[in-house]
Amino acid sequence: MATQTAPLPLTEPSRRHATAVLHDWITTVDHKKIGLMYIGYALLFLVIGGVEALLMRIQLIRPENHFLSPLVFNQLFTMHGTTMVFFVAMPVLFGFGNYLIPLMIGARDMAFPRLNAFSFWISAFAGFLLYFSYIGGSGLYGGGGAPDVGWWAYAPLTSKVFSPGHSSDYWTLSVLLSGIGSIGTALNIVATALSMRCRGMTLYRMPLLVWLYTVMSGMVFVTISPLTAAQIMLLLDRYLGSHFFDTQAGGSAVLWMHYFWIFGHPEVYVLILPVFAFMNEIIPVFSRKAIFGYPAMVAASVGIGFISLSVWAHHMFTIGMTSAGNTFFVLATMAVGVPTGIKIFNWLATIWGGKVHFAPPMLFAVGFLFQFLAAGLTGIMLSVAPFDWQLNNSYFVVAHFHYVIVGGILFSLFAAFYYWYPKMSGRMLNTKLAHWHFWLFLVGFHVTFDPMHFVGLDGMVRRTFTYPVDRGWGPLNVIISIGALIQAIATLVFVYNLVHSYFKGALAGPDPWDAWTLEWSVPSPPPTYNFAAAPTVESRRPLWDLKHPEDPDTLYE
Amino acid sequence: MPPGTIISSTSSPHMLSAFAGFVLPPGSTSIFNPAGTPAHSIFSLSMLVLSITGGVFVVVGGLLLYALLRYRHRAKDPDSNEEPQQIYGSTQIELSWTVIPILIVVLLFLATARIIFATQDAPKPQNALDVTVVGHQFWWEFRYPKFGVVTANELHIPASDPQARTPVYLSMISADTDHSFWVPRLAGKTDVIPNRVNTMWIDADAPGLYLGQCAQYCGLEHAKMLLRVYAQTPTDFAAWVAHQQQPALEDPSVADGRAVFEHTACISCHTVRGTVATGTFGPDLTHFASRDTFASGSVPLTRQSLHEFIADPGSVKPGVLMPPMHLNDHDLDLVTDYLMTLK
Repeated sequence: MATQTAPLPLTEPSRRHATAVLHDWITTVDHKKIGLMYIGYALLFLVIGGVEALLMRIQLIRPENHFLSPLVFNQLFTMHGTTMVFFVAMPVLFGFGNYLIPLMIGARDMAFPRLNAFSFWISAFAGFLLYFSYIGGSGLYGGGGAPDVGWWAYAPLTSKVFSPGHSSDYWTLSVLLSGIGSIGTALNIVATALSMRCRGMTLYRMPLLVWLYTVMSGMVFVTISPLTAAQIMLLLDRYLGSHFFDTQAGGSAVLWMHYFWIFGHPEVYVLILPVFAFMNEIIPVFSRKAIFGYPAMVAASVGIGFISLSVWAHHMFTIGMTSAGNTFFVLATMAVGVPTGIKIFNWLATIWGGKVHFAPPMLFAVGFLFQFLAAGLTGIMLSVAPFDWQLNNSYFVVAHFHYVIVGGILFSLFAAFYYWYPKMSGRMLNTKLAHWHFWLFLVGFHVTFDPMHFVGLDGMVRRTFTYPVDRGWGPLNVIISIGALIQAIATLVFVYNLVHSYFKGALAGPDPWDAWTLEWSVPSPPPTYNFAAAPTVESRRPLWDLKHPEDPDTLYE
Repeated sequence: MPPGTIISSTSSPHMLSAFAGFVLPPGSTSIFNPAGTPAHSIFSLSMLVLSITGGVFVVVGGLLLYALLRYRHRAKDPDSNEEPQQIYGSTQIELSWTVIPILIVVLLFLATARIIFATQDAPKPQNALDVTVVGHQFWWEFRYPKFGVVTANELHIPASDPQARTPVYLSMISADTDHSFWVPRLAGKTDVIPNRVNTMWIDADAPGLYLGQCAQYCGLEHAKMLLRVYAQTPTDFAAWVAHQQQPALEDPSVADGRAVFEHTACISCHTVRGTVATGTFGPDLTHFASRDTFASGSVPLTRQSLHEFIADPGSVKPGVLMPPMHLNDHDLDLVTDYLMTLK
């Protein structure tokens, strides 16, 4: 073992002049700084998207409420969806990937550091462009206006007739630009994972996190391309007189749906695979056992990657496809459940026989496991096309995908924050605040999204700024809105913890969790050059081998 | 049962709603309270799916919970500082938990495929009634080609006879953007898409009022694009059709209001059969006052509410495409009175 083993000093980060620091961050090509900027940027938009959700929940707290106008409400759900998918989930996951992948494979940096910086800045620009629509959306027609076409922007609502001014152009351009950034980073991740691994790290010894990020990046190539093509066609429709989606001139609204969802559904897996990746690192460390069935986990991830490319039309069961078409997409969608099930069982088997430490990262991981299980099962319900004819576009769907995105992805992200924050900042997050955050968020999450299933079963339609009194949806909506408030408070606790612990947290040292992958062999935060000497690995858990020379993994793999 | 009467909500099962501790309100649109053939078959399928997924949740969730509690780290155990035995995998175990989900998927898939084909490819009976549904921003137009009747927002259908079903076949087109026709107690939804004809069929178990609404975001006032389906006994339905086929009633007492109506831009968008009003952009008003509601089911029809609507449609239904007509108070009263006579 040639990993760095010298005792690592616990150092206070030095303080420099603000402009020098700023210049440093803006011009950096260091994967760690870019990763942190991705994460910080995503957190900023998480707060913005969260405020949008809160405003909507205030509007929906009672029937026939007049807190928001229909226009403002429609803009809010469009911005909330677009923000959370393109400017929170994608950047935060790319941020963790950027930060962790070179460290986990023993590399100095990503394969293309300048491309990395370019990808980040173009994605960042895209987010601000989207919000600039509030000022410039209506162009010369008067005041501003954000897009109000929904985050799928179904044709022909986006045509000039139904969407005058420039608000939907801001949507189109910002999504297009963020796609360019995503493809750049995905390319970087694939190149890094394939060609930058340290000596001894075969693909078969590569940490699962890196494997899953590689699969996710491959999916980004396949899914972002049709989205970009569709955005360009839409721009042609709006400005150069083409008629791809212009139904009044013979264009096809259904064509847009196909283009959007062949991006949109695999996108869900693009977001969930990195989250599985976090779980694959966190669950073993806090169960004190190696991941159960590493080859099966890799195979399941690749399987999910492939199958998920053929399920997109399950978003379109109600558009009047033929019975044969519907049946095919039912089968394809249900089939994704099999590799996903394998993952859950393997996590279960990893816990089984271990010694589970319920540190903050593991608490959130446990929340993830149960909530993702439930979300997967409501997904199976939605894959049953006739059931979907009832549930599609109801609040049941809203509940389902928030179970995936909040209950699954966000919980797992919180776990990742508690797990890797010490590595990134050199300080531990406060455990007491972490418990407050976890329990408040858990309660808030369930108070919000559990009743949403029921109000959907009762026939409440999504994307409505209000609802009639006689339907009886009022009481559940009050509960849902209260839950949203609890989640907001919990998020504030988390943000406070991030800031507070940066200055006051206990020093972490290089390996606070007694973990096994290479990033824990370097100081916290890692130096710019990452590894003082290029490491060599002989198994999937190099630090386990180091800590247990009497029983190394190399004997079993 | 006269139209407008809400069917008793105890006539069908609604386990989940009851389970959630809520009594169904009068305007219930619960999918677990089915009242038509497609809704019933979806309900039975959903019960199968719910029991299987529920079972999976209990078993897998239970195992997870057990593992987390049983294998938690205990500080007072003598070996608490030692690492547990490392296990790297087991082909047999992994194979078994791959095969079991596959079997469950096959079962669910076959049950689903059966209902898809039974609903979508059901042969159309001879006695089926055809209705053309046109989705507009933000209201519904219903045309009965066989009867020459056109109405808006309130769809009248004959209730189905359990012995000989009389389904209603809907041919759906859109005048502008995407919409979706959803009356949860009768059937699943079908999107209404411009430049495309979609079809679906519904039938109602019993006479009564079934509520629904547009389920595809269609623009500013999507939230208030409501739907009302009145299922009537065959006799009542025949009477309704006969009445709707008549030209508009002429009431000499509102001749002044009719004159105002016919001399303003009202007639460029609205039709009142038997008069010069032949516009087709807005709802047909021939028997306007025979409806319970207007503004796409979002406002109960009273003289007062209609008066407010005509004065400033956007204040009652923001986003409505009808502009304020700027009538003076006198003309406004006259037109309102005239429309209220169009029974």
